[in-house]
Amino acid sequence: MFSYAPAPESRSVVSLASCYGLFIDGAFEPAKDGGTFPTVNPATEEVLAEVAAAGPEDVDRAVAAARRAFTTWSALPGAERAKYLFRIARIIQERSRELAVLESLDNGKPIRESRDVDLPLVAAHFFYYAGWADKLAYAGFGPDPRPVGVAGQVIPWNFPLLMLAWKVAPALATGNTVVLKPAETTPLSALFFADVCRQAELPAGVVNIVTGAGGTGAHLVRHPDVDKVAFTGSTDVGREIAAAVAGTGKRVTLELGGKAANIVFDDAPIDQAVEGVVNGIFFNQGHVCCAGSRLLLQESVAEDFLTALKRRMTTLRVGDPLDKNTDVGAINSAAQLARITELSEIGSAEGAERWSPDCPLPDRGFWFAPTIFTGVTQAHRIAREEIFGPVLSVLTFRTPAEAVEKANNTPYGLSAGIWSEKGSRILAVAGRLRAGVIWANTFNKFDPASPFGGYKESGYGREGGRHGLEAYLA
Amino acid sequence: MTVTATTPVDLRAFLHGLPGVDEVGVEARAAMLATRSIKADAKAAAIDLAVRMVDLTTLEGADTPGKVRALCAKGIRPDPTDPSCPSVGAICVYPSMVPVAAAALAGSGVHLASVATAFPSGQAPLEVKLADTRAAVAAGADEIDMVISRGAFLAGDYRAVSDEIVAVKQAAGDAHLKVILETGELATYDNVRRASWLAMLAGADFIKTSTGKVAVNATLPITLVMLEAVRDFRDRHGRQVGVKPAGGIKTTKDAIKYLVLINETAGSDWLSPDWFRFGASSLLNDLLMQRSKIATGHYAGPDYVTLD
Repeated sequence: MFSYAPAPESRSVVSLASCYGLFIDGAFEPAKDGGTFPTVNPATEEVLAEVAAAGPEDVDRAVAAARRAFTTWSALPGAERAKYLFRIARIIQERSRELAVLESLDNGKPIRESRDVDLPLVAAHFFYYAGWADKLAYAGFGPDPRPVGVAGQVIPWNFPLLMLAWKVAPALATGNTVVLKPAETTPLSALFFADVCRQAELPAGVVNIVTGAGGTGAHLVRHPDVDKVAFTGSTDVGREIAAAVAGTGKRVTLELGGKAANIVFDDAPIDQAVEGVVNGIFFNQGHVCCAGSRLLLQESVAEDFLTALKRRMTTLRVGDPLDKNTDVGAINSAAQLARITELSEIGSAEGAERWSPDCPLPDRGFWFAPTIFTGVTQAHRIAREEIFGPVLSVLTFRTPAEAVEKANNTPYGLSAGIWSEKGSRILAVAGRLRAGVIWANTFNKFDPASPFGGYKESGYGREGGRHGLEAYLA
Repeated sequence: MTVTATTPVDLRAFLHGLPGVDEVGVEARAAMLATRSIKADAKAAAIDLAVRMVDLTTLEGADTPGKVRALCAKGIRPDPTDPSCPSVGAICVYPSMVPVAAAALAGSGVHLASVATAFPSGQAPLEVKLADTRAAVAAGADEIDMVISRGAFLAGDYRAVSDEIVAVKQAAGDAHLKVILETGELATYDNVRRASWLAMLAGADFIKTSTGKVAVNATLPITLVMLEAVRDFRDRHGRQVGVKPAGGIKTTKDAIKYLVLINETAGSDWLSPDWFRFGASSLLNDLLMQRSKIATGHYAGPDYVTLD
């Protein structure tokens, strides 16, 4: 038996203050009413820092700062804006170890993922949009596209820094200024990003960060001087935002929930499909809007595939997010753990068969073992509702037509996966799936050049690529 | 399914019916496993295991009895200053050197492997290959490393490849048969998977990546595909087959990546010199240097590990 000794990444690369303020007009300051809230390490429940809770007046000040900065920022030649973005990208690369450890501390995701996935993609997004800043006239949106103005951006807790990059990089490249609200449970990397902006000598007011709970975000998106709202998060909140901004003339992009089908045909490369299914649902503890949370297996290979999948799941290493060998980290919050637990209990109560590998979980913190449900049908709630955790629902199909029908039979449509060695089948099925991103023989692969976004209740608008510029250009 | 009862068409249908291997996916999986960080006690245990898995090899035209005797002495006692250091798994030489090695290894418990079958090209008549094998076994080799006919494999003549393995297995008698696929010449992962199954169905005790004599030798993703093959073969046929990557594995870091690959693919049943070997020559000295570093806290220079 070969058991790996603990291999923890050092925490000492991150120095945390006990308290963090709001980043408004180039400076950190406390909330007007002095309110704060704690942010905790979900793996240990240790309080990492107190963070300012922005009230309406703080949001007003941040929006006003962004409005002032817009005049000069939008007038800069694109090549000048690009210099700042390139500089930010390079600083992120230089500080990537620090930012990766910070992200794992505040979010609970394994250091292997924050180090090898999140941070490289964050830097890549800034590099990519830096490249567009002086080429906007050639992006296909007219000869002289103009920025929209002040963007109010609200991001989720699953990829705190990466979602910030998806929002901030295209906004700045196109000449907009930003007020961004990070999620309540993961505010720290956005505040460190504010420090990166200062280090890059970004003009004051171009990026403002207001931390707080849902109320802060609600005030931001309703603010009359915000021209463009970008939101990534739950479909329920997205619906509220769409209602709130209806008729105001504000532009909106929404990137919401998902219940993606990962379809494995009998001619799939089985070993790699097993890896892809594992990556599809257990990557980032399943806290992924485009997670492959519904596995559709062709019946002729279902039994063998499940045997292989279970065998693979027994090798998943669940535990300390800072251990370099950890595959599955902590659930981000007690509230999310409660939701995952509740939906899983409903899955069992509705008659699906639950299975998890034998894996010891730490005593403190928020943890949920990787779980699969077999014998799931379209009528089960765990096949319809987004769980946003490491829980996979397994369904079967007989023919390609049935696979497509089941995959599309969901209120969502963010992503899907197809596993087959037959190219013609991949193209035929992909053409009939109603989802914004379709992966073939891979899953959860991201690239700044590739647009991302949903159908139906998964939202509207696209982020990433040339398409991602459109939301920020008039 | 046994090969002798199989027509060429059946064998082709079976091999081409195996699930395909997605190149991007298998390379990504191998790269991810290569990021595992093996420290402290786990590293010390891994190094000792790796030493026991080394097939310490010399396959040069310039090999002499003196060179082979020195290599055998090194294999038996890799670190003369440390009696706790285990012996290697086997010594691997050309057939002409087997008598010398057999005398040098007598009573040591270290196995004696000989390449045979017109190594490394395999381009000789079957009778010559069988005579080569019989001579090596008669002179004292208890492991035979044969090469498959890549020409026949690439031409799609799977039956010819299979028949040859069956014949060599018979000629080898009680000696363990390692079948070298020469994966660098098979070129695709699909071919590596098919050749692995072909060799196992024909009776291989071990499947081995390479001769060490071509441009591409052992790699992590190729070994991953072979580990999947031996795992699946045991599930279906109940017989365990070993794996031997050979060529290009030079450092402790490399060796530990292979052990991680075994651990998380075929499983701990293969973490033994009976079921996994490294075909290597310079790897052993790096393992010894790392071993003494763990024991003493500092690196000794190359003059503190023995040559050969």
